[in-house]
Amino acid sequence: MARGTKGRWLVLAVPYLWLFALFLVPFFIVFKISLSQDAIAQPPYEPTFDLSAGWDAIREAVGQLNFDNYSYVLSWDNEFLQAYGSSLWIAGISTLLLLIVGYPIAYGMARAPKSIRPTLLMMVILPFWTSFLIRVYAWIGILSPEGLLNQFLMFVGLTDEPLEILATDTAVYIGIVYSYLPFMILPLYAALEKMDETLLEAAADLGCPPFAAFWKITWPLSLPGVFAGCLLCFIPAVGEFVIPDLLGGSDTMMIGKSLWTEFSVNRSWTVSSAVAVLLLLVLVVPIVFYQNVQAREMEGR
Amino acid sequence: MRKGLSWFNTTSIVLGFVFLYLPIVLLVIYSFNASRLVTVWAGFSTEWYWKLLENDQLLEAAWVTLRVAFISASVATVLGTLAAIALVRYGRFWGRTLFSGMVYAPLVMPEVITGLSLLLLFVAVNFDRGFWTITLAHITFTMCFVSVVVQSRLVTFDRSLEEAALDLGCPPLKTFFVITLPIILPAVISGWMLAFTLSLDDLVIASFTTGPGATTLPMRIYSQVRLGVTPEINAICTIMIAVVTLVVVAASIITKRQEVERERAERLAAAGG
Repeated sequence: MARGTKGRWLVLAVPYLWLFALFLVPFFIVFKISLSQDAIAQPPYEPTFDLSAGWDAIREAVGQLNFDNYSYVLSWDNEFLQAYGSSLWIAGISTLLLLIVGYPIAYGMARAPKSIRPTLLMMVILPFWTSFLIRVYAWIGILSPEGLLNQFLMFVGLTDEPLEILATDTAVYIGIVYSYLPFMILPLYAALEKMDETLLEAAADLGCPPFAAFWKITWPLSLPGVFAGCLLCFIPAVGEFVIPDLLGGSDTMMIGKSLWTEFSVNRSWTVSSAVAVLLLLVLVVPIVFYQNVQAREMEGR
Repeated sequence: MRKGLSWFNTTSIVLGFVFLYLPIVLLVIYSFNASRLVTVWAGFSTEWYWKLLENDQLLEAAWVTLRVAFISASVATVLGTLAAIALVRYGRFWGRTLFSGMVYAPLVMPEVITGLSLLLLFVAVNFDRGFWTITLAHITFTMCFVSVVVQSRLVTFDRSLEEAALDLGCPPLKTFFVITLPIILPAVISGWMLAFTLSLDDLVIASFTTGPGATTLPMRIYSQVRLGVTPEINAICTIMIAVVTLVVVAASIITKRQEVERERAERLAAAGG
């Protein structure tokens, strides 16, 4: 078929170049600056590359690059390693909790009468449209010592004195589960809704108890949704900053918070770049895995 | 097998929705609280809403945020739609893996990384930071969300309609605007809305890429939230929730209706052809 080849080329080139310049190139700059040193100058790091200064100047600048920031970040005393570990742990536990909370909801939605499914779907998406910051903020008022949850618990007599929930890791788990729940439910729902229910009927006819049928049929068929949902929650949760900052305590360590502190309080751009590069290294495997899941989902139909 | 919802399914849906909505509902209720203490109910009052109108900083920030969101969502919709067309229609091309990687990675990339890397780019090329750097940053990460939304519509698209137009001598560009775009329009509109709300919502990337004189609403709210819960913040949050809810509900009704009509037209065209 004859097509305007120039127009065809432009359709691809415009978004390609945009993402190349504003998504890919910045990573190389982050990498370069992670090898630089802080300086009291504008910009606050050295060496800077001045392409007009000639080849020798550039070679000299390259010679000044070193891995000092990495040894600083990777040193056990500076608590970055602990923050990486604790981020992975918190994100992992939260993802598991999300799966436990989200699966029954997605399952119930997929089994609901066809006529009310779009409404249910919309009700899951709607809170996601309201500001993330607002949703996290709402929990401060609920979880604080004089907050609504404690008032309620004391009113029904479950506890005599307010529970310390705000400013603990528990609050961070609640915040992540709450904020990311739609991201878990939607892929699960998509997988469960596609399922052929006659398979379950066949199993039941052959005398398979419902619970065994769930494990042998429903669960394996929903695995693509489980993978997509878990990755969609886990990867951003590792780098989460707002939730640990607003709901967590001073001893809640997450790497997104460390990066932010390094950047905005200590004003070290070079160390924050090294933290970012290492965070990316930690996440590169799940991210590539997610891309494959996503590409197959989008293009394999 | 029994049809309809079992006891277990109903309970899990109801509990799920209570969990999703209760915090928001409580926040809205307490924005009408007469007391400054946010946890003690002292009667109904709209005092905090009137106070907002006197808060120039907040209004200024809201205006900046709306402009950033409008511009970035519009550009992101164009770029994201182009990216979706390339990914769904072009089959294999040179650098495809890199391209699809760059489209999907921002969806899950931690915001601190995206924000920091864009800031360092703007510094490296000596671009004045402020309104436009936030806008460029928002275009970059929201266009990927638009692309995914549009892609999911494009893959279920009946291509014979396009091919018929091209066979009848319609130029490709015209075919796109007359045939393709109207059919994928609901997805393009929801892509725009998604980009718009993501931009309205963003705190981290905006904080990294901003400069003097450009403070967005989330940045303003965040600096106040850190000082504690206040009824004024509850009030501004309630307004934002109300606006978003109205727009989303209205838009979903409109696009639903359009989609139904489109599908009927598509079927008629296919049957008649």
